[in-house]
Amino acid sequence: MTSVAITGLGALTPLGPDVTALEEGLLSGRSGVRLLDEPEFADLPARLAATVDVEGRLERVEARTLDRVQQLALVAAREAWADAGSPTVDPERLAVVVGSGIGGALTILGQDRVLREKGPRRVSPHLIPMLMPNGPAATVGLEIGARAGVHCPVSACASGAEAIAVALELLRSGRADVVVAGGAEACVHPLPLAGFAQMRALSTRHDEPQAASRPYDKGRDGFVLGEGAGMLVLETEQHAAGRAAQVHAHLAGAGMASDAHHVTAPDPTGSGAARSITAALRDAGVGPQDVGHVNAHATSTPLGDLAEAKALNLALGRHRPPVTAPKSCTGHLLGAAGAVEAIAAVLALRSGLVPAIRNLDDLDDEADVDAVRTVTREHPHDVALSTSFGFGGHDVSLVLTR
Amino acid sequence: MTTAPMLSRTELLSGLAAVLEEVAGTPADKVVPEATFDADLDIDSLTMVEVVVACEERFDVRIPDEALEGLRTVGDALDHIAGAAA
Repeated sequence: MTSVAITGLGALTPLGPDVTALEEGLLSGRSGVRLLDEPEFADLPARLAATVDVEGRLERVEARTLDRVQQLALVAAREAWADAGSPTVDPERLAVVVGSGIGGALTILGQDRVLREKGPRRVSPHLIPMLMPNGPAATVGLEIGARAGVHCPVSACASGAEAIAVALELLRSGRADVVVAGGAEACVHPLPLAGFAQMRALSTRHDEPQAASRPYDKGRDGFVLGEGAGMLVLETEQHAAGRAAQVHAHLAGAGMASDAHHVTAPDPTGSGAARSITAALRDAGVGPQDVGHVNAHATSTPLGDLAEAKALNLALGRHRPPVTAPKSCTGHLLGAAGAVEAIAAVLALRSGLVPAIRNLDDLDDEADVDAVRTVTREHPHDVALSTSFGFGGHDVSLVLTR
Repeated sequence: MTTAPMLSRTELLSGLAAVLEEVAGTPADKVVPEATFDADLDIDSLTMVEVVVACEERFDVRIPDEALEGLRTVGDALDHIAGAAA
């Protein structure tokens, strides 16, 4: 099927304020994880997170009617839009697809407290637009004046990748010429942390926060909750060529599947994940042997990493491309992860440098993948695969080409 | 809390200007009695609710929803606050 051009990138992540910081952070193997030492986190069994700094990036009045997740989305979208050269687009040919796993969680929790302590007349009239999961998409749509549609796929930790897959369909089907697509998340708060901790999904390596996220390592004990946003400007090839836009890379294909296995546990055979990979490769018109590197979902959970490694083996057969796992540095950005990592995959394609997986000291024997360790792999290649999987059994894979 | 009856009209105006600056970033020099909330000050309906709640807290008055429709200008709001507190 037809590819689309990637002409703008924006990322606000625990590694820093922009795409440059993301690339530098991944290539140098920096960690964005810290111990949450604020008093409200004191009683939690898991107190690690990878947070971002948005201070000073938005006007005070602009920020006060936006939930944090919308603020992060807006900052990343502005970077991506500027990076694309702030293109002039017919608003009715301009769309937005921004996913979020949880939406305006901090607003819900904060305003629930206002309701109980001060009563209903003190609840913010901005509560609903701040809590709705499509809030980040709406914020970005208003910012750039998109009138071809504003959409919000919600598929937990696959949301960001699914947004990019939906954007591809909008462009291919002729419903838009330019789409801003991505994901955003901001739910570092005691309640979500307690919930994930009760699932025994989080790392509790409190004595070594920066070593807590360790995909494929034998000592991994769960993921680290992160926040952030990633945005891409996608255009039809004709539209990008018509305005002589810079093209970072191309989105060549997407594949989606679902496990129908368990609401949160991964299918241990990796079958659904593998089907999404196979579908994405077919959609892109490439074979397993063409994949030059894999940006793996790999969250650092004991079960998830193994199921995903099996999925790669199933879908790619004997071909073993280098595999990298940005969550070792960024933590798990939930609904933003798929978008931030699509950007990471574009950066690796562009530079021919596949970042090493931080904290991968002792590769799990059962993870039969060529995991990049210790040093950056110099590896010029033309095709990258990025995978994202979410609670609910959502499997989304993207194929990017140089 | 300083209640409205103790405040002069000038003090009420500067109090309202402070509320508008806090809630909507409105510059104080634009907050004049004849300014309309929607056209002149660009206050949308949700933000207007915030302004009302902030005024209720600041001036210790009640501004019921029925009164809201009559509050087209800054002057209308000053009249209501002064009257409601009297």
